[in-house]
Amino acid sequence: MQIAPFITQNFGGHIGQSSPRADGPVKVQGAARYAAERHPEGMLYGFPVPTITGGGRIAAIRTAAAEAVPGVVTVITRSNAPDQAAASTADGVIERIMGPQPNLTGTEIQFHGEFVALVLAETYEAARDAAALVTIEVEGADPGPDFEHALQTAYTPKSLVTGDPADTASGDLEAAFATAPVQLDATYDTPFEHQSAMEPHAAVAWWEDGKLIVQDANQGVSIAATALAATFKLQPDQVQVISHFVGGGFGGKFGALPHSVLAAIGAKVSGRPVKVALTRQQVFTGHGHRSRTRQRIRLAAEHDGTLVAISHDTMAQTSLHGDFIEQAGVMSRIMYAAPNRGTTHRVARLHTPTPSFMRAPGEAPGAFALECAMDELAVKLGMDPIALRLRNEPAADPESGLPWSSRSFRACLEQGAAAFGWNQRSPKPGTRQDGRWLVGLGVAGATYPASTLPASARITLHPDATALVEIAAADVGTGTYTILRQVAAEALGLQESAIEVRIGDSTLPMAFGAAGSTGAASFGSAVTGAALTLRTKLADLARTDDASPLRGLNSDAIEFRAGRVQDAEGRGEPLSALLSRAAPDGIGADHSHAPDSSKAFSMHAFGAQFAEVGVDMDTGEVRTRRMLGAFGVGRVLNPRTAESQMHGGMTMGIGQALMEETIHDARWGQWVNRDLGEYHVPTNADVPNIQSLFVEERDDQVNALGIKGVGEIGIVGVAAAIANAVYNATGVRVRDLPITLDKVLAGLDAAA
Amino acid sequence: MQPFTYERATTPEAAVAAFAAHHGTRYIAGGTNLLDLMKLQVETPEHLVDISRLPLAAIDDTPQGGLLIGANVHNTALASDPRIRTRYPALAEAIVAGASAQLRNKATTAGNLLQRTRCTYFYDTARPCNKRTPGTGCAALEGHNRGLAILGASTHCIATYPGDMAVPMQALDAIVHTHGPAGPRTFPLDALYRLPGDTPDLETTLHPGELITHVELPPPPPGAQTYRKVRDRASYAFALVSVAAILHVEAGTVRSIRIALGGVAPKPWRARQAEAALLNRPATPGSFHAAADAELAHAHGHGGNDFKLPLLRRTLARTLAALAEKA
Repeated sequence: MQIAPFITQNFGGHIGQSSPRADGPVKVQGAARYAAERHPEGMLYGFPVPTITGGGRIAAIRTAAAEAVPGVVTVITRSNAPDQAAASTADGVIERIMGPQPNLTGTEIQFHGEFVALVLAETYEAARDAAALVTIEVEGADPGPDFEHALQTAYTPKSLVTGDPADTASGDLEAAFATAPVQLDATYDTPFEHQSAMEPHAAVAWWEDGKLIVQDANQGVSIAATALAATFKLQPDQVQVISHFVGGGFGGKFGALPHSVLAAIGAKVSGRPVKVALTRQQVFTGHGHRSRTRQRIRLAAEHDGTLVAISHDTMAQTSLHGDFIEQAGVMSRIMYAAPNRGTTHRVARLHTPTPSFMRAPGEAPGAFALECAMDELAVKLGMDPIALRLRNEPAADPESGLPWSSRSFRACLEQGAAAFGWNQRSPKPGTRQDGRWLVGLGVAGATYPASTLPASARITLHPDATALVEIAAADVGTGTYTILRQVAAEALGLQESAIEVRIGDSTLPMAFGAAGSTGAASFGSAVTGAALTLRTKLADLARTDDASPLRGLNSDAIEFRAGRVQDAEGRGEPLSALLSRAAPDGIGADHSHAPDSSKAFSMHAFGAQFAEVGVDMDTGEVRTRRMLGAFGVGRVLNPRTAESQMHGGMTMGIGQALMEETIHDARWGQWVNRDLGEYHVPTNADVPNIQSLFVEERDDQVNALGIKGVGEIGIVGVAAAIANAVYNATGVRVRDLPITLDKVLAGLDAAA
Repeated sequence: MQPFTYERATTPEAAVAAFAAHHGTRYIAGGTNLLDLMKLQVETPEHLVDISRLPLAAIDDTPQGGLLIGANVHNTALASDPRIRTRYPALAEAIVAGASAQLRNKATTAGNLLQRTRCTYFYDTARPCNKRTPGTGCAALEGHNRGLAILGASTHCIATYPGDMAVPMQALDAIVHTHGPAGPRTFPLDALYRLPGDTPDLETTLHPGELITHVELPPPPPGAQTYRKVRDRASYAFALVSVAAILHVEAGTVRSIRIALGGVAPKPWRARQAEAALLNRPATPGSFHAAADAELAHAHGHGGNDFKLPLLRRTLARTLAALAEKA
């Protein structure tokens, strides 16, 4: 993949500039309309009715009392729900997500909290009141097993979410473990988690002339529209999904989720627009969560720290009929060199919603296990944990043998250590104190794949030299509007204010959406491709137009700078002059980006996370005191928005490390703590000074912009860095997230 | 949420009359707890009497040298009152350790005393809960009980009183003033709360329609005060264990001691066993641990909250030691 020349030239300086957020003004003015903030004429309120049992068969749904509530229009159940296609049974997660998502159709209950009826009413209050009067008669309610028991019937998945194999092996693990002088064998647990975006899921749907229109809170409008069309047996152009602003997604707003399908069902049945806005309690079962995992890591090393074997065995969880694999072992396939290596994934079925994407699926829990294990091995070896990691840097991808497109892990560790003050750390645990706080430092590695997904874009240049960029991309608060404006401005030599970016509408050129840290690279590649075509067209105009001062020049002698089309000496004219003369109706170009399937390089971002924690020696309370993340993510398009992504990821990592856990009560197969009072995410007071540092990294292979996604790597490794810092502070090793004070106290008491 | 009717009262007498005039009445002031419970239909009042405009928002000095706090004084106002901050610092610390700034701006003094447990099963109307629906059982005994009680609970209910403000008020021997159908009365804060026994649905000794009008703080006892809250995150989390303590030491001997505990019992828990074990003893770590052990003699956990026993022991001993160092 060639880097686009205009990106490298960067005449306008737009690439790499901390441009303010394009969507900032409308957001602070309250003018940005989110999904639930649209109220079309005649709109009804839909309130979903969840089951209160996990598993079983619906014998009857009693709706008479609900229908008698003043203001209620109707109650929709499987008996009067519209025709919908059956769910896909494809092996691939993406194929299933793009397939039909029927709701209110079955009699078998999959999980507690599943929506089995929808009350439609003139007011939200009436709908909610009536929903509580719907009764569901269930035969054979079966909450299913708990995680421990389910593990006994765990199965081997056909493949991982990414399509990679469930298991990998090379060399001879058992022989290595039979002889290596230093070994570690440890098991790590990570809990169920929920994405907990600030904006609860909501959609407003209506039908116009057989066409379905849904204003949704969604990370990928094209995918959602595809799935809705499949659900209601419509042609793709009969569905429009709009999602201009999204109040956080973190993976939890991808696809056609129940709230949007229910809104469409309600609108179909009533013939009126319908809004479905989930309560926070309903959000916990309205989409997928992060699976619990149990991971066994075995490491074998020589006395000098050279790894001879890495083994990573993951147990995860999925639902009764869905297959989503939290692929915690994938990081261990690329992180460190070792001649003997193996990873496995096994999955157990629980009666819960199907797990789904949550920021860095796989890597976030996987890094906790692998990077704590590396810390534990460093203790056994009496080595600095950074030195141990540096000793095992692989020259090429250790499983595939492919060369790295770029890998800056060493630079991240070294520059991060210097900036963080790693030399302040005492290798002996429990030796640094500040009042009653035991203070410790920890480090961990981070990585996330640098890939792209299909995306198409269209750029239209108006005769006044303003441009419109159109792509069905998503901005989930991350900066898509901002960076696409920068790329287009740089490509066309215009000011950013001359560029309008339209995204979040499935009628725009197709994009997969904000998923897998592919957004900037995929959307950016599509816009860059369109820009390259447009530049060629413009150059052709400039060198062929009779009145052009650049007539007769070669295309490659023509530059676009400061609103002008000119040669290297600056001779030329304003772009608007050329356009109004030679393209009075404007001129456009589009481009479809397809991911590079040649697999010539192993492409990943890398990083190093550093944390300083305080542990209250009396209570075991852990508080993060400061954090620093150093990342190698190729070219940084916008340091302001990229830093914001890293700080967000690292903040979410504090949650993963210290507090986030959805409690599963197997007696009823339900989540117990279904609100943000009991499901803890970090508050402002929990988040200390966070620094992020981007190491200089040039990657000429990764994509046309030379960038790697920044959405997810920020969370990877944080939990391990904090856990390793807790160990350094106290000598207590907690291998079970979250690191709550009871686990620390147990260790302190055991040591005393 | 079920439909309800609503009226606003202008005097305590009118509020009490309005309460009696309807079936299924609840008072509402800040609404920070009641509205949440109504949305989930844990509370289903048919009529609300809004008492938030009653003229009970003053903090007055008493002739005895204490303070008389109006029932409608918001948490923020109470915590920032200079008299509270200088003479009752443990109370100010406790209030700002609770909830969030937004909630404290709405929450009232009387409402805070009456807030209900945060036991997750109490909030889930599909599950057994003797407090919410008497006779259905207690889902927490064998379930998720990390935050629940180790003192004063029963086999019918192990819910905790979740608040912070009432904990130092217990230590300060606060007095509750009420107005009810039978007229005004006053009684110690400790007598406001019932233990669950076999009627965990009955949480207070208030008569139907009886309205808290004031909370009186006697003059502060001698000694240094503190409030220590231990929780799962730095803000906006209920106490796993909290300690309000007022310790007076003369020549190395404890001459006055008040201790109340939060997050460990169905009510703000006055630790009288610990106080008795400490009075007139040397102010030493050994005494403090012995005092904690005395209070914990009748404590027991239910699995998920077993850690609260060592946590309370450690927190109480350390809090007293820190006060002794300060004195």
